[in-house]
Amino acid sequence: MFKGKFIDNLPKIYGTYTGGFIVFIILMAIAEQAGMSAKLIGIFFVSFTVLIYALIGYLSRTMQTDAYYVAGRQVPTVFNGMATAADWMSGASFVAMAGGIYFKGYGYMALLVGWTGGYVLVASLLAPYLRKFGCYTVPDFIGTRYGGNMARLSAVIVLTVASFTYVTAQINATGTIASVALDIPFEIAVYVGLASILMCSMLGGMRAVTWTQVAQYIVLIIAYLLPVFWISNKMGAGVFPHFMLADEVARIAELEAQFGLGEIKNSAADLKQVPKGLSGITKAHAEVNTTPWKFISLAVCMMAGTASLPHVMMRYFTTPSVKAARRSVGWSLFFIFLLYSSAPMLATLSKLSLMDPNLATGIIGKSISEVQAIDWYQNWNQANLMFVSDFNGNGTLELNEFFMGGKAVVLATPEIAGLPYVISGLVAAGGMAAAMSTADGLVLAISNALSHDIYYKMINPKAETAKRLIVARILLVLIGFAGATIAALEIQGILGSVIWAFDFAMSGLFFPLVLGVWWKRANAQGAVAGMLGGLIAGSAYLIAVRSGYPGFWGVTQLTFGIVGSLVSLVLMVVVSLMTKAPDAATQRMVDEVRIPSGKAILGKQH
Amino acid sequence: MSFWVMFRLLTYREGKKMSKQQQHWEKTRMLLFITLAIWFVFSIGIFFFGAEMEASSIRPLGYPLSYYMTCQGSLGIFVILIFWFANRQEKIDEEFGYTEREDD
Repeated sequence: MFKGKFIDNLPKIYGTYTGGFIVFIILMAIAEQAGMSAKLIGIFFVSFTVLIYALIGYLSRTMQTDAYYVAGRQVPTVFNGMATAADWMSGASFVAMAGGIYFKGYGYMALLVGWTGGYVLVASLLAPYLRKFGCYTVPDFIGTRYGGNMARLSAVIVLTVASFTYVTAQINATGTIASVALDIPFEIAVYVGLASILMCSMLGGMRAVTWTQVAQYIVLIIAYLLPVFWISNKMGAGVFPHFMLADEVARIAELEAQFGLGEIKNSAADLKQVPKGLSGITKAHAEVNTTPWKFISLAVCMMAGTASLPHVMMRYFTTPSVKAARRSVGWSLFFIFLLYSSAPMLATLSKLSLMDPNLATGIIGKSISEVQAIDWYQNWNQANLMFVSDFNGNGTLELNEFFMGGKAVVLATPEIAGLPYVISGLVAAGGMAAAMSTADGLVLAISNALSHDIYYKMINPKAETAKRLIVARILLVLIGFAGATIAALEIQGILGSVIWAFDFAMSGLFFPLVLGVWWKRANAQGAVAGMLGGLIAGSAYLIAVRSGYPGFWGVTQLTFGIVGSLVSLVLMVVVSLMTKAPDAATQRMVDEVRIPSGKAILGKQH
Repeated sequence: MSFWVMFRLLTYREGKKMSKQQQHWEKTRMLLFITLAIWFVFSIGIFFFGAEMEASSIRPLGYPLSYYMTCQGSLGIFVILIFWFANRQEKIDEEFGYTEREDD
């Protein structure tokens, strides 16, 4: 039922789906008015949406390799853009980004620039060429372009390190949301999240992930934009917040001065009382508060990382043509832009709701006991995401006495701003969609690389299709479980892990991928040296900085990709030039990749 | 324009007649350089001048310029840049007859 006709009917199908989802939101709103409890609304939202994704996953089941690995290469441009946007925007973008902007302001917004600017690199340097190549996975490209199992294996190693770091963060995010929305302990919620992720991808591979990701994009974008517009209008800040919040941004600066931001500092003893992971506002909202190099180095790492992360790249293998792959990158970024340009607006509205004494929702300047009696404060305090304490003993809440977890900015703002609970339920469903869609893409990227590149290409090239796909599924489940187990340990916060993943990917894969297309002289020895050397240098730098080494050039543990990728570039060029040039067949292959027409390098079934 | 001159100098090959495919690649590379130059300006270049942008009297929609560029300006330019790039590349491919037969 999912062939031919299905593709033509996509706008209708997803139109109906969107309509159905809006009806569901309205029904929930009515139920809330009729007295349905907040808990129950949360449970309905999360479980209803997850069941829909699972249904799509089941309907898209397949036993064909090209459907399993690249969705049959028939995903239309715009829909692939939506799927990529969901694949791309993770729990970090949805749940954590606005929080980061809320706390750290301008310096943090380097991530906005980095996570969008990277797509220019994807479109111009890589995506169309890799699509022409006709590979199933990113290591498939590396292995065929450079030749030899060593290059293939190195690419799989880098891919696994980067994607695995990333996926633990996403499973952590699904766990956090599931535990809040379904009211279950985090350690169990992580496995609930995992089960939902596997339901979407196990039976249908890339095909199932594609169609669930489109569905997840629709949920997450509605869930993100609706509260932003609603709060802005409710506050009287502007009908269209993106273009109309200049006065609010200025007002925050005014309030920051009034409340003595930056002048009043908390003592170390006071800060000890604050639960781990929560922070107060210490940085000005819109002021330039960081050095150019800090901003730029973070942006550069995120951009190069974007162009090296296999789960993003493999989305462009699913388009029908090279031309479609190129356009699809534009659509992806457009759909991402819708959310990213809203994140600073959400941070602004959220901050003003809390800070402005002229607003009914403002809490700064109220008495501590009054704040502690607010319903939403009690809820989020219980979830360990909010905290107030009367450090100076004057009985009123000062700006430096209010602490919040980064996740709470997105998840709690609707409640703080006095929106009905149905919106909070919607936001939880959106966060779940964002984290699940990315986790799906990542788990699939890893298991596809292991099943296609390691098992089929290296261990058992004679394996039949059925066997290959069973191996792929077993690996998928194993990797999911490994990810969930590590996620349950909560080693690093969601955002920290995500940024690391970009740095790992950039260290090992950026130059081997780019030079594979743009430098004919690059050979297997150079690529292997570049991938492994880059990954090792980057990881070594990270470990050194984590254990107290001050570092150089202002490169921190968030930007270690700069060290890794430079080492990778130098090694790759030097080793390539020192060893034999690639043979004529490889050179011809590169020429072939550079023009859109003609046959793909790798056949339809390989 | 100096960019163009530099590019010509870097890529100039004397007395060699280029094949169709080489010409295609030449033009493709040229487009890449222009695209990356624009990308560089808005993702890296302007952020060397964060403080200057903040102090600037240019305030799009009333926001400080530095704030505006990080939350909308650069992002929007990237979206437009990719579509522009895709269009130009399609024209180049057409010119040399490298357009794919089956189109979506």
